[in-house]
Amino acid sequence: MDLNQYLEVFIDESKEHLQTCNEQLLELEKNPTNLSIVNEIFRSAHTLKGMSATMGYEDLANLTHKMENVLDAIRNEKLLVTPELLDVVFMATEDLEEMVESIASGGDGKRDVQIVMEKLHLLETGEMPITTSEAAPTMELEQRPVSSMSYDEFERTVIIQSKEQGFSCYEVTVTLRQDCMLKAARVFMVFEILEKSGEVIKSSPSVELLEDEKFDASFTVTIVSKESRDDLVSKIGKVSEVEEIHVTLLNLEETVVPTKVEQKQETLKKEENGSVKEQEVTAAKTSSSKTIRVNIERLDILMNLFEELVIDRGRLEQISKELNHAELHETVERMSRISGDLQNIILTMRMVPVETVFNRFPRMVRQLARDLNKKIHLEITGAETELDRTVIDEIGDPLVHLIRNAIDHGIEMPAARRASGKDEEGTVELKAYHSGNHVFIEIQDDGNGISRDRVLAKAISKGIVTPEIASTMSDRQVFELIMASGFSTAETISDISGRGVGLDVVRSTIESLGGSITIDSIEGKGSTFSIQLPLTLSIISVMLVEVEEEKYAIPLSSIIETAIVKRSDILNAHNQQVIDFRGKVVPLVFLNSVFEVPNSGELDEFFSVVIVRKGDKMAALVVDSFIGQQEVVLKSLGNYLSSAFAISGATILGDGQVALIVDCNALIK
Amino acid sequence: MTEILLTDQDVKVIVFQLNEKEYAIPVNEVKSIEKLQHITRVPKAANYVKGVINLRGVVTPIIDLRKRFGLEDDSYTDNTRVIIVSAEELEVGLIVDAANDVLDIPANAIEPQPDVVGSVESEYINGVAKLERRLLIMLNLSKVLKPTKE
Repeated sequence: MDLNQYLEVFIDESKEHLQTCNEQLLELEKNPTNLSIVNEIFRSAHTLKGMSATMGYEDLANLTHKMENVLDAIRNEKLLVTPELLDVVFMATEDLEEMVESIASGGDGKRDVQIVMEKLHLLETGEMPITTSEAAPTMELEQRPVSSMSYDEFERTVIIQSKEQGFSCYEVTVTLRQDCMLKAARVFMVFEILEKSGEVIKSSPSVELLEDEKFDASFTVTIVSKESRDDLVSKIGKVSEVEEIHVTLLNLEETVVPTKVEQKQETLKKEENGSVKEQEVTAAKTSSSKTIRVNIERLDILMNLFEELVIDRGRLEQISKELNHAELHETVERMSRISGDLQNIILTMRMVPVETVFNRFPRMVRQLARDLNKKIHLEITGAETELDRTVIDEIGDPLVHLIRNAIDHGIEMPAARRASGKDEEGTVELKAYHSGNHVFIEIQDDGNGISRDRVLAKAISKGIVTPEIASTMSDRQVFELIMASGFSTAETISDISGRGVGLDVVRSTIESLGGSITIDSIEGKGSTFSIQLPLTLSIISVMLVEVEEEKYAIPLSSIIETAIVKRSDILNAHNQQVIDFRGKVVPLVFLNSVFEVPNSGELDEFFSVVIVRKGDKMAALVVDSFIGQQEVVLKSLGNYLSSAFAISGATILGDGQVALIVDCNALIK
Repeated sequence: MTEILLTDQDVKVIVFQLNEKEYAIPVNEVKSIEKLQHITRVPKAANYVKGVINLRGVVTPIIDLRKRFGLEDDSYTDNTRVIIVSAEELEVGLIVDAANDVLDIPANAIEPQPDVVGSVESEYINGVAKLERRLLIMLNLSKVLKPTKE
């Protein structure tokens, strides 16, 4: 069987399952006794194992198998969930991810996983030193009183509320006879009785497992009811083959106080130096929507075809106007409207929630916090904000960098935080939101902030700014210096609060996406890195200009304004023609000579100029005339012409011709 | 491309004219043949790159084969065609004098290029095919498309 055709699906699905594993593992760390989470992870791991075995990736399948064994032990309450155990499982998922990554990039998915395998094996057999020192936790579990079923927030609220309304809450434990033939049927009968007498809130094992007869002989159901305890016992007693019925009145306070096992969890948690508290995951998160995987190339083809249609639509509109035929006119108008809607849909099809990038961060933060012995609380808001796929693919790495930076250098050690009167646990906030035609992503920390003086001192010593300029700079401008290339060198890491490690790369990546980044910081209070990104890379606003016979598009994002300049206003400064633009000397760039446009030799008395900027620098591009502002679909020039000078791409105009997009950054030195 | 010389099967080719000589490209490397349309010049590109066209929504670079082979310029006529070829992930249009033939060349008709043909463009050639009275020059696309350092 040729498996190549399934490879893509395999990679996509594996990534998805691993993501589920990661998310659920983090969730499990917060609720170590919630076995339904373990089941969730187990299912994902199991599917992954099956898939990789089918595809012939033995290493991947083996490692997943080992991990599955550990999960199975947890599920069967043979193992306790401890941070140490989770560390190993996280290690395993990390290895799995790298294997999948290697397969995705054309590798064979082989990897030396001996250490992780051994660790997993130790866990599985209960020989992990950390668990054995804890005086046989499995025993504890078995002796656990039945009433220690754990309830989540929602279930508790229900219980409390029903109590207020005069209901009682019971935990009913039913034990079936060992020789019971149809266990599922008995369960069904018990449930029917219970549902008639009240409201079933929870059952252990879960209803699905009960229905599949995946339980031993007894099960526990939590129910709110107005009936008395004895009534319930006698009603359930009518079901045959029931050996024992045990009904306890549930006292909620009892469940709030952690049981012995949970206490152990608590102490374990306190023992570790760094701990991470994750954001609360909303209950509605699991609501799934039906989706279909589409190759992005196909979407591109669809988009191209659609543009053809738009161009023809323009022609049709023109013809119908000329012919002045009422019916034709109406039809063309309808068609225009429909194709407009179509365009919107096609564009939104490429939109992906930033969630896909954000959800790798909780684990990263957890690991960093543990490595650095810091306490960090990561808060994520706006994960549902949508961005174009092309932007999503690029934005991950810069964000990783910024978050690392915030945790590594922003947030202080717990002791230092306590000393400065802050909460020991630092907070890193990751926020995404829409605003106008842009998406903003903010990374905020309540750490130490950036010291203006130290940044300036460093920048001056590096020769990035002169002392004269430094004194006139705003705080923001100063903070932006940490992203200047040449600012971050090895020695500065321990120096100026260490900020600025490779941040120049972050900035250039974001700028290449047509975005920008600003830094706000208050010393001692924390910093905010705010990234502004265009909604989509495929459509940009441009100013169309004409140079002789040729049309060029200048991205609006780099234009400050346009102006008409008189020939006599042009000044000569050291071999360079410049103009005085609002008190600033701006060099002129003659597009016709830069682009070697075949020229007609005519010279006007007035020049049309477009003032563009790159950072703080400006230039005035001299063109022949302005055509106007337009939204255009960005196209690449293709591999063949990828290194074209000062051209960042191309677009197709309404008349079907290609116009080149000017790369202003390349024109300003 | 060497396998073309080795296999016993026929090769289906697109035949085009350039400077009164006949050239051939295997049909599987040709995506389409287009009429000449408006070409947008790309500044500071190599001299044989005429610019880019809008090929059904895809911006496609156009190479003037005469310039590429160092032949003298000739004005474009009604017969001038753009052959869209794709090789090594590059999709490029070639401007040729005319293109109007599809032929099956028996594999044994293809010979290594004789030295006497050795003109300026010889480095772009894979071999020649003799068909009765016609002589077809087999083009080596990947060499034609490889940018020359200037």
